[in-house]
Amino acid sequence: MYSFDMTPEQKMLVDTVHKYAEKNLRAVYREAEESKQTPEKVVQMGWELGLLPGLIDAQYGGYGEYSALTSALYLEEMAWGDLGITLHLLTPNLFAIPIAQFGTDQQKAQYLSMFCGDAFPRATAAIVEPVVQFDPAELRTTAEKRGDEYVINGKKTYVPLAKQAELFLVYAQENGVTQAFIAPGNASGVKVGKRVKLMGVQALEMYEVEFENVAVPKANRLGGLKGIRIQRLLTLSRITLGALAVGVARAAYEYALNYAKERVAFGEPIAHRQSIAFMLANMRIEIEATRLMVWEAAYKYDAGEDATKAAYLAKTYADKMVLEVTDGAVQVLGGHGYIRDHPVELWLRNGRGFATLDGAVIA
Amino acid sequence: MPIEFKLPESIERQLRDVQVIAEHVMRPDSRYLDEHEHERPWRYIHAMWPRMKEMERANIAAAKKRALKKQEALRAAQTNGHGVAVVEAPPAEEEQERESIANLSLIHMIEMLSWGDAGIYLCIPGGALGGAAIQAVGTPEQIERFLTRYTEGEPKWGAMAMTEPQAGSDTSNIQTTATFDPETQEWILNGQKIFCTNGKLALEESDGLVVVWATVDKKAGRAGMKPFVVEAGTPGVVVAKVEEKLGIRASDTATIIFDNARIPADNILGDAEVKTGVGDKGFKGAMKTFDATRPIVAASAIGVGRAAFEFTRDTLAKEGVKMEYGKPRWKLSAVQADLLEMEAQLRAAWLLTLKAAALLDARRENKLESSMAKVKAGRAVTIVTQKAVELLGPLGYSTEFLVEKWMRDAKINDIYEGTGQINTLIVAREILGYTRNELK
Repeated sequence: MYSFDMTPEQKMLVDTVHKYAEKNLRAVYREAEESKQTPEKVVQMGWELGLLPGLIDAQYGGYGEYSALTSALYLEEMAWGDLGITLHLLTPNLFAIPIAQFGTDQQKAQYLSMFCGDAFPRATAAIVEPVVQFDPAELRTTAEKRGDEYVINGKKTYVPLAKQAELFLVYAQENGVTQAFIAPGNASGVKVGKRVKLMGVQALEMYEVEFENVAVPKANRLGGLKGIRIQRLLTLSRITLGALAVGVARAAYEYALNYAKERVAFGEPIAHRQSIAFMLANMRIEIEATRLMVWEAAYKYDAGEDATKAAYLAKTYADKMVLEVTDGAVQVLGGHGYIRDHPVELWLRNGRGFATLDGAVIA
Repeated sequence: MPIEFKLPESIERQLRDVQVIAEHVMRPDSRYLDEHEHERPWRYIHAMWPRMKEMERANIAAAKKRALKKQEALRAAQTNGHGVAVVEAPPAEEEQERESIANLSLIHMIEMLSWGDAGIYLCIPGGALGGAAIQAVGTPEQIERFLTRYTEGEPKWGAMAMTEPQAGSDTSNIQTTATFDPETQEWILNGQKIFCTNGKLALEESDGLVVVWATVDKKAGRAGMKPFVVEAGTPGVVVAKVEEKLGIRASDTATIIFDNARIPADNILGDAEVKTGVGDKGFKGAMKTFDATRPIVAASAIGVGRAAFEFTRDTLAKEGVKMEYGKPRWKLSAVQADLLEMEAQLRAAWLLTLKAAALLDARRENKLESSMAKVKAGRAVTIVTQKAVELLGPLGYSTEFLVEKWMRDAKINDIYEGTGQINTLIVAREILGYTRNELK
């Protein structure tokens, strides 16, 4: 069937995450952005929601099973709260989800339990490279098999929380195919470089990382002999980013809508004018359409169908939508939208990131 | 029902059948009927009529059951003295089961028929919008008297006449009058209706009917607007003109003149009384039917869009331009990016349409969703078909291919059943919580 209602469990989860986003993320997002730091307390509270363990099997210490759809539902709420802090919170997922999806039994047993504890896990992933034309399917970082080891060489960027990371999932090409390798943070040759300064999501600490002759045992190749299928992970990444984009857009739309109803010009609220009201109507339509595209892709992924196309279309669409909506929100606020007293300028900067982040966020 | 994106088996079966008609009955006649504007798509009509008769039988039976229940509830309310406590009984379980995908099923069928040919599709025999209005508000007797014709004999059509030369989107401005003649117990209709889809087929070329909106009291505004059933062969009813159009040329678009046309007293649908204030139910009822018909227009739009997209994609594939799903944007050619955008636009519009229809099936409020779907689909198909003509170069603009026709056909979907602008206005009022005075 085609139906669009959350289950009571999903509804409850979404409500919980929304409350967290409203009370915690919305309270600190501006300060976090300006100080370029995510408050530890808020991260810890977010971690205590137990979202990641909810995606991990009980045999590995979690209490759920992976559902791209359920994730998409609450990710929208988190991004509605704040994208930068959300990406901080989702950093462990970058390591855990690929392990859960592609790991060998031994890898799952070895690593997944650390994502089901009380402490925020210090694990991350390195995929993006400092090039203009980046393609996750054609990486410049290489992994070469030498005896019982893999030797990794290459430069990465956009690696979140790299400084304190105890574990890296490093994507590299092995004979022209993208594979992923587990590297400890203290392995010789792992060089965490300077912090990356981006136009948005500045609360999130991201670093350049260089891997110079980093040797890892062959058992650290994700998925063992079978390896990974990067397109499948990119599909998940697109669903994740699509859901987050809907959240950011919704935040901007709601803010602009409320502003337009209160702001009086020429004797009446500006929302009384079609030029403003129609912008808001179109924002609503595009947000709703994108949400449904994301849900459809997530549903297909969970149902075991090939979701590549649905996710790609959804993400392509979301990239454009979030930029249009956040830009529209700045425009509705006019001069005030350009001032940092209001959040819409931040949401526009954050919205621009989605087209760039393919592969860099997986949840 | 949890979130699910899966085509029900029964709709899939139905679609296979409809696709055969679209491919083998509609497409071969597309160009000919575009060039011979007022000829009828008989092959299509005869292929659809047996199917429509069967569908109408089921719809009418269900509508009659609902109408009977309503009547009983009304009688009970009258005898218990409250007079207004009309509670619509929920449909019996099995009926609910059958009806629970009726609109979903319908929009799938219409999407496929419009993929075949959007102009020919509109000549579908059956009660159409006129029949739907009678099913929605008619008494059991009216349903029996007016709609039985759609279950037997030769093909017949039904139509709805709302638009007038001076009343398009502002339907409350209609000037056609209905005056009651107490002596003969008849309504007398006077006025002119334009842009009536299938008007000629319904009134002159078959034993059909048209539901005509007229005012019984001009001073009462919206409250005075009432729907009347005018049957074929009624003296004083003349089809004065059949329009020549940009697209959907196979479809019959009629101007109808009512010159002292007399119809029986009980050809009025719903209450004859004029109740101002809370009581402009007649008008609201008419507006309510748009919640059901807008997803249908959206579906038709998407069908044309899909035809244009698929043809463009497949034609370009033969030239070596392949769709790629998964590559970074910078690796796509401009044409690939255009194709991707076309497909995404159609998917976005289609999902909004599915949701609007699913809400309707669940008998839930869908005013916002149905207008959103209509806005999006009308705009998407306009962009997609125009792009298709562009991408196919000299042959795209030529009548060698059907894309130029599809572009002309597509445009109507951004216009009828509420223009894109009117529907955007509805969306805006809904999300802002504004009345039509606050947001004009």
